[in-house]
Amino acid sequence: MAEPHAAGTSGTSGTAGPRVGLVVNPIAGLGGRVGLKGTDGEATVARALARGAVPEAGARAAAALRRLVAAWPAGRPAPLVLVPDGEMGAVAAREAGVDHRAVGPSPGPGPTSAADTRRLARALVDAGIDLLLVAGGDGTARDVCAAVGKAVPVLGIPAGVKILSGVFATSPAAAGELAASFLAARRGATVEGEVVDLDEDAYRRGIVAPRLFGHLRVPRGRRLQGRKSPSPPEAGAAAAAIAEDVVERMTTGRAWVLGPGSTVRAIADRLGVPKTLVGVDVVEIGEDGPRVVVADAAEADLLPVVRAGPATIVLTPIGGQGFLLGRGNQPISAAVLRAAGPDAILVVAAAEKLAALGGRALLVDTGDPALDAALAGHARVVTGFHEAAIVRIAAA
Amino acid sequence: MTGTHDASAAGAAPMTHRGPARESAVPARTGPIGPKPMPRRFHQASWDEPIIFELSVPGARGVLPPPVEPGIVARVGDPVSRLPAGARRAAPPALPELAQLHVVRHYARLSQENLGVDLNIDVGQGTCTMKYSPKVNDQLVRSPKVAELHPLQDPSTVQGILEILWRLEQMLCEISGMDRATLQPGAGSAAIYANVTMIRAYHAARGDAGRRDEVVTTIFSHPSNAAAAKVAGYRVITLHPDPVTGRPTLDALKAAVGERTAALLITNPEDTGIFNPDIDAFVKVVHDAGGLGAYDQANANGILGITRARDAGFDLCHFNLHKTFSTPHGSGGPGAGACGVTDALAPFLPRPTVERVGDRFVLDDDRPQSVGKVRPWYGTTANLVRAYAWIMSLGAEGLREVAETAVLNNNYLLRQVLGIPGASAPYAEGRRRIEQVRYSWEALAAATGIHSDELGVRAADFGTHYWTSHHPFVVPEPMTLEPTESYSRADLDEYAAILRTVAEEAYASPEVVRSAPHRSTIHQIDHAWFDDPARWATSWRAYRRKHPEASTAGPGGAPAAPAADG
Repeated sequence: MAEPHAAGTSGTSGTAGPRVGLVVNPIAGLGGRVGLKGTDGEATVARALARGAVPEAGARAAAALRRLVAAWPAGRPAPLVLVPDGEMGAVAAREAGVDHRAVGPSPGPGPTSAADTRRLARALVDAGIDLLLVAGGDGTARDVCAAVGKAVPVLGIPAGVKILSGVFATSPAAAGELAASFLAARRGATVEGEVVDLDEDAYRRGIVAPRLFGHLRVPRGRRLQGRKSPSPPEAGAAAAAIAEDVVERMTTGRAWVLGPGSTVRAIADRLGVPKTLVGVDVVEIGEDGPRVVVADAAEADLLPVVRAGPATIVLTPIGGQGFLLGRGNQPISAAVLRAAGPDAILVVAAAEKLAALGGRALLVDTGDPALDAALAGHARVVTGFHEAAIVRIAAA
Repeated sequence: MTGTHDASAAGAAPMTHRGPARESAVPARTGPIGPKPMPRRFHQASWDEPIIFELSVPGARGVLPPPVEPGIVARVGDPVSRLPAGARRAAPPALPELAQLHVVRHYARLSQENLGVDLNIDVGQGTCTMKYSPKVNDQLVRSPKVAELHPLQDPSTVQGILEILWRLEQMLCEISGMDRATLQPGAGSAAIYANVTMIRAYHAARGDAGRRDEVVTTIFSHPSNAAAAKVAGYRVITLHPDPVTGRPTLDALKAAVGERTAALLITNPEDTGIFNPDIDAFVKVVHDAGGLGAYDQANANGILGITRARDAGFDLCHFNLHKTFSTPHGSGGPGAGACGVTDALAPFLPRPTVERVGDRFVLDDDRPQSVGKVRPWYGTTANLVRAYAWIMSLGAEGLREVAETAVLNNNYLLRQVLGIPGASAPYAEGRRRIEQVRYSWEALAAATGIHSDELGVRAADFGTHYWTSHHPFVVPEPMTLEPTESYSRADLDEYAAILRTVAEEAYASPEVVRSAPHRSTIHQIDHAWFDDPARWATSWRAYRRKHPEASTAGPGGAPAAPAADG
């Protein structure tokens, strides 16, 4: 959901321009062109380089910076770019010809690592920045999410193989423009973007398994990656409307199993109860209001709950492929679903998310082919307050 | 840096420079004046005109009414003081104060900063059916015989207009196959809302009101269906299209309907221009579940005289008279809508109805099951006269010719557009469309990073524009075009040439498109304001409240008057 954020609050003086951090994952994207479906892990990097891959993330970061500068309003104090030394920032800033200052401990010699990304992102935030630009892919976004959380707004420059997270602009130029408009606006708004990543080993074996890792605060704007993004920024208002609809249904005497995903988390927000970010929680409506019965439940926690009495399992498709079950919400297993009964599932998704599927079915892969077949067919998906869509569900 | 189209060079611009690749203005004319280039060398008026409140000069007046004559003052005193206290303002309204010349100049300038059907090739406002409306119909409406009628006149003194209303109802019944019609709704959406209220009254009369609380619609139907039903308190179930045919499936419909279904509200053809030939089977599924079928005929321009709502089994339908029947569009001045219903729904029609008794026309207000009034009086009579005149001038054969020409024009433009790099018409590949097409620039966007809305804005540099789509964008990077019957082949060729020029620019010099418009009234707008309650402002008062920093100085640096709101 959108929270207005005032740019220029990093402690800089009134006349200085805003401060932008940039961290580049120099090896991002290496695996894509050479058919490796990702670049996670040192061995993959070596294989990619051996296959003739050329690093591109730095050039893409430079393109974004050039665009940021070109789009900057005339007469306003220009932004200062804070970067780590070398290939993780300074090289791109130099290539773009922008004002920059090196910050933080230099990355060590040799190949850079996820630990470098985390350490340097933290150093940039500590130096005081209004916005952190991150050139990389989903793996890089995960590292930044782990390192800085929601301390500062973050915007992704797409340079990786996998771009499923809703924190990336549609192109380096779009990132530059969105950064410029966000920093130039006195009250540039942010939205929460989902950080999603695939298990690359599984992906190489042909299994698409997106998982939600957390959220970043992202400048609001239409140039965010929309097509594959799990929750486009416009979905914030839709998630609130969906939450109203679901909360109206939430009666006492029933266990409410809330799956992962920001659309489902909006329901917990509406109830005023905590929600495990990427896990499954069980909520009950008691005499004194809603309370969490089980937090971050495993399958073994859910089984007794759904066996004890009526339960509703609230799910939203995770990732651009439209997986409803079997990806990222494994605690909601075939055994749990069978115990809960055929009408236990309540699917929620913003209309934008359904539209992005292009008419494809929501997919279920519970590991139990008979159950998958039973779940297939048409289902109602709550898309807003008293609004629903009829969507096809199919076995993956 | 001047006028370069080279994006990489533009990217290296110095920090203070706004807007790379600024396109040079209209090229200088050096040769003979003809032949004219295609696309034409257009430049929109750009007056940089302030808001009228900013033009206010304290004490300035456009009209000075004469003072009340002494004899009157002697008899009645101060006339204003005779008004009841509750009808008098404590302080004068904070209106702008201007001389007449400045008011005329202000609005004349604004009128030049505009596009519209009388000025450009307006096929880009797809689904809105922006056809040309003959001026003779405006003359009829301005005639004192129409303009000076008053709705409180006794019906015996307004037989002429009542006959026009009655005859227009009969014609719309013939066009739709329905038994009765009402012309009361003030626009198409108001007509849909009237239909929804009649659906609610119908179920209530059968003791079903509380149980039937859902309506079913489709994602490519006119979105006013979902909106009107929602306003009336219904839950809305939306069907998404089959990814191949682009049409909703019967299986999805069957999954949606049940004992809670009040009605199916559906447009056909949908906003994709794809006609659903199984529409009668859809209505039957809903009827079998006890619901009603309401045909949204916002897209009727391609089916006049060819197919009828009643023939597909529908119980209700509506028309936007401002679309199909050539009256001003509802968004730009009073609209007009009409509903048609079967005899079973007729008791619920808005009242009063116009009835013919012998050779006289009367108003029947004694209709106990009526949903009541959906609008004061009898409808937007000026538009009803326009619609009547338009239909009468064409006749039955003429209406069918309208539809055939609109479909022909659309499919001619479809062929032209599909020849442009990066354009496609998703769904029902290889099949013709009815009267409009929802195109996609997905391939162009993937190759160039230029989005559909940016292409539409660049089209403004050539004196036209287009509309993308309702939200959400089910068709990625959408563009919706509806050429109607009004445009000539040369018009359509010119429009397609503009689209081709803009699309080719997206590939060759994307910065020119991204930074457009260059030859229009205003430059780019920060759309984020439209979504942000803290910043959006729909009035001058709200603007001053939310943006004090923007209104501390008037034009020329003069301090503006303090905000008048509380």
